[in-house]
Amino acid sequence: MQRIGVFVCHCGTNIAATVDVKAVAEALSHEPGVVVSQDYQYMCSESGQNLVKDAIKEHKLTGIVICSCSPRMHENTFRKAAAAAGLNPYLVEIANVREQCSWIHKDIATATDKAVILGKAAVAKVHLNAPLTSMESPVVKRALVIGGGIAGIQTALDIAEAGFDVDIVEKQPTIGGKMAQIDKTFPTLDCAACILTPKMVEAAQNEKIHIHSFSEVTDVKGFVGNFTVTIKKKARYVDETKCTGCGLCTEKCPMKKVPNEFNMGLDNRTAIYIPFAQAVPKVATIDPNYCLMMKTGKCGVCSKMCSVGAIDYKQQDQLIEEKYGAIVVATGFNPIKLDKFDEFAYSHSPDVVTSLELERLMNAAGPNGGTLLRPSDKKHPHTIVFVQCVGSRCDDEKGKPYCSKICCMYTAKHAMLIREKYPDTEVYVFYIDVRTPGKNFDEFYRRAVEQYNVHYIKGMVGKVTPKSDGQLDVQASDLLANEQLHINADMVVLAAAIEPDKTARPLATMLTTQMDTNDFFTEAHPKLRPVESATAGIFLSGACQGPKDIPETVAQASAAAAKAIGLLCKNSITCNPCVAQSDELMCNGCSSCEKVCPYGAITYTDKEFRMPDRTTAIRRVASVNPAVCQGCGACTVACPSGAMDLKGFSNSQIMAEVDAICK
Amino acid sequence: METFTYYPGCTLRNKAKDLDEYARASAKALGIELEEPADWQCCGGAYTTAKDEIATKLSAVRVLDSAKSAGRPLVTVCSACHNVIKQTNYDISRDAEMAAKVNAYMQLDTPYNGETTVYHYLELLRDVVGFDKLREKITNPLAGKKIAAYYGCLLLRPAKALAMDDPENPTIMEDFIRAIGAEPVIYAQRNECCGGYITMEDKAQAAKRSAKIMDCAQDQGADMIITACPLCMYNLRKNSGSELPVYYFTELLAEALGLKEGANE
Repeated sequence: MQRIGVFVCHCGTNIAATVDVKAVAEALSHEPGVVVSQDYQYMCSESGQNLVKDAIKEHKLTGIVICSCSPRMHENTFRKAAAAAGLNPYLVEIANVREQCSWIHKDIATATDKAVILGKAAVAKVHLNAPLTSMESPVVKRALVIGGGIAGIQTALDIAEAGFDVDIVEKQPTIGGKMAQIDKTFPTLDCAACILTPKMVEAAQNEKIHIHSFSEVTDVKGFVGNFTVTIKKKARYVDETKCTGCGLCTEKCPMKKVPNEFNMGLDNRTAIYIPFAQAVPKVATIDPNYCLMMKTGKCGVCSKMCSVGAIDYKQQDQLIEEKYGAIVVATGFNPIKLDKFDEFAYSHSPDVVTSLELERLMNAAGPNGGTLLRPSDKKHPHTIVFVQCVGSRCDDEKGKPYCSKICCMYTAKHAMLIREKYPDTEVYVFYIDVRTPGKNFDEFYRRAVEQYNVHYIKGMVGKVTPKSDGQLDVQASDLLANEQLHINADMVVLAAAIEPDKTARPLATMLTTQMDTNDFFTEAHPKLRPVESATAGIFLSGACQGPKDIPETVAQASAAAAKAIGLLCKNSITCNPCVAQSDELMCNGCSSCEKVCPYGAITYTDKEFRMPDRTTAIRRVASVNPAVCQGCGACTVACPSGAMDLKGFSNSQIMAEVDAICK
Repeated sequence: METFTYYPGCTLRNKAKDLDEYARASAKALGIELEEPADWQCCGGAYTTAKDEIATKLSAVRVLDSAKSAGRPLVTVCSACHNVIKQTNYDISRDAEMAAKVNAYMQLDTPYNGETTVYHYLELLRDVVGFDKLREKITNPLAGKKIAAYYGCLLLRPAKALAMDDPENPTIMEDFIRAIGAEPVIYAQRNECCGGYITMEDKAQAAKRSAKIMDCAQDQGADMIITACPLCMYNLRKNSGSELPVYYFTELLAEALGLKEGANE
């Protein structure tokens, strides 16, 4: 005979204000098998847990039901308490009477009735609960970091520092990411290259860190502690192990008209190239879309010049497979395309640039050697208009609904740097709001306004009209003065919204992690677990999770590293025992479950069965690998013969709950 | 020869005869029959786009239903008519309450719920004839002419309902200009408002708006401007103070097809 205990939590007033908790405890005390039913103010507190433990011992309980908050919040807490009192933790059921009841109802009578029904369902289920035992699974002591920008580099450095091997997979020929393109950084105006490139070198020299540049993740299998990842090393047509990065090939390459991605297409590079002088690894890459040898078979200059024989026009993409215990996603961001914002004439005038393009125009290693010149005629600009929120905080599908967060600060930085270097240049900034929370951030913006006399105007630019004399007529409204403005500008700089990198979505599918509607990775909890994804063993670093500036990115990168290290330190991890199992006698071998399993946990084997007529038959049946199964339950729904069942959520348990609710 | 129901609109019967006649002549030359319904009425102009007003939309629904009964798509050419008819068609197919009210008032044999496909004449050229096919039929290409397309505000917006082209960076008229052998001039003001009906109340305001458009086109090297809208034509020609010639796009089409002499006799 079952002996079941029911414990109803007040959660302060969270539950008790809308649910008559005493009435719920009283009603549930009459359910079959219930021998004790109590309420308490905070069941999750130490004294609340002791109440549960004492009752388990005193009444020799065989199962307990906690009527409280969502199981996502405290199921683990009560499982631990039960285990401490000698009860198998899987004999605990939670009835969610907070998120699914008290918080969403106003009427006490309705909410109390519903709480009782939810409690009855949990009691009906716990009758059928079986004790389950967790298995242990070993942890591979190696981490993968996807993305080699400042986020990925910082995460890799921290993990390596803790003594674990870590691989960085970067899709570009060099690590460094967006920060490598930036000139100076707010709010201290120190040079980005001076603080980033030493870290890139450190990553390259650390013997625990292995950089796969010009590579992509193409497949991820497995689960926390034991991921198997396929990495495609794209053919760069140069042998990485031989190339010394001398750069002679890039000087001699006759194909010099290739748009230079690193300088945002503002100048050209050669077909064989090293993205920038401080690239890591400093290895040349051939762009097959432009290389004359690859396209016409006539040239081969780089091959002749290379003294170490590193050029290999026949190189193929190479797939490597590696095992990892933890994966950190650091895929970063990109500015959005501006083709839907043609009121700013971005596609019609070379003097309308994005902020990232301006970074390159102002950078000492950029196309103009650090002198700010208009792209159209290489003349010094005397009036520059900045437009903020281009595509950010946008209420239609042209742009993004969110604030891109970094634009107010970098625009203030650009405005200040221009006023510092070229005091004869007038700078206007059009804004919706200036948002500068952050340490020393608002002081920075005030300096731009007060010390550098940057003209900040609240209002948006409606139209930019290029004129034949080379100037840009900027039509805007000044909302505070309530007037229309026309500014004759030499350049217009657009603070384009930022969005997650395009590789993020297919990657999220491979990793079975969640994304929000904007394709930012979703953290496991927005406040309490900000660097973990909801999928165990997958961590989030940097702007792939949401817009971030450099200080925040580095902080999150180190936090993600700490979480990954916490996992890698363990020799083994406890697996969830609530996994699927197949009743081989009922399985008809149809493969429906195998097709729906997102984790590849189901395989089919031929087994010998003794048939009712005493003959032996070979039948093809499903079997579940409990170490890979994540307990999602997709197979139990797909199985036409009812052979698949999920431990802890069996079909009979679910039906018992439904019966209890419908009674 | 494919036949379409053709809605000219009231302005095309008096002030904008050119727009209409060149459109008909060119269509015929391109193998398209435009058939006018017997009893069409004025679309009501842009005033009918007030959301909560049903009565002013009835004329648009009548012509849409007439095309539906004939089992043909509907072709419009005036920007304002096109705007009113397409918006009404869009609304009636999505807003059940409006559809119910309109149908209750009209008492048609079968209720009208937005079944008719509506083409602007430019869309007819792009999507039915095809600009490549059009280019082949040009006998008198306007080579060397630098033409600025003026879209105005009504032809493309609201983009969802009109579903014709990107309102901020359109290409349909530029592609048309290329098809008739001329060179398009891209200028920033091509999709700004000419002042429209404001000319009735505040002529100076309309003059300012239309002058801006003309000056911008001229500044970018245009020899002429083309439009699809009689009201834009009026403002650009009469209010802008600019000497830059303004034509309906259909006139240049007829010219390029070698029809110009005979068309408006």
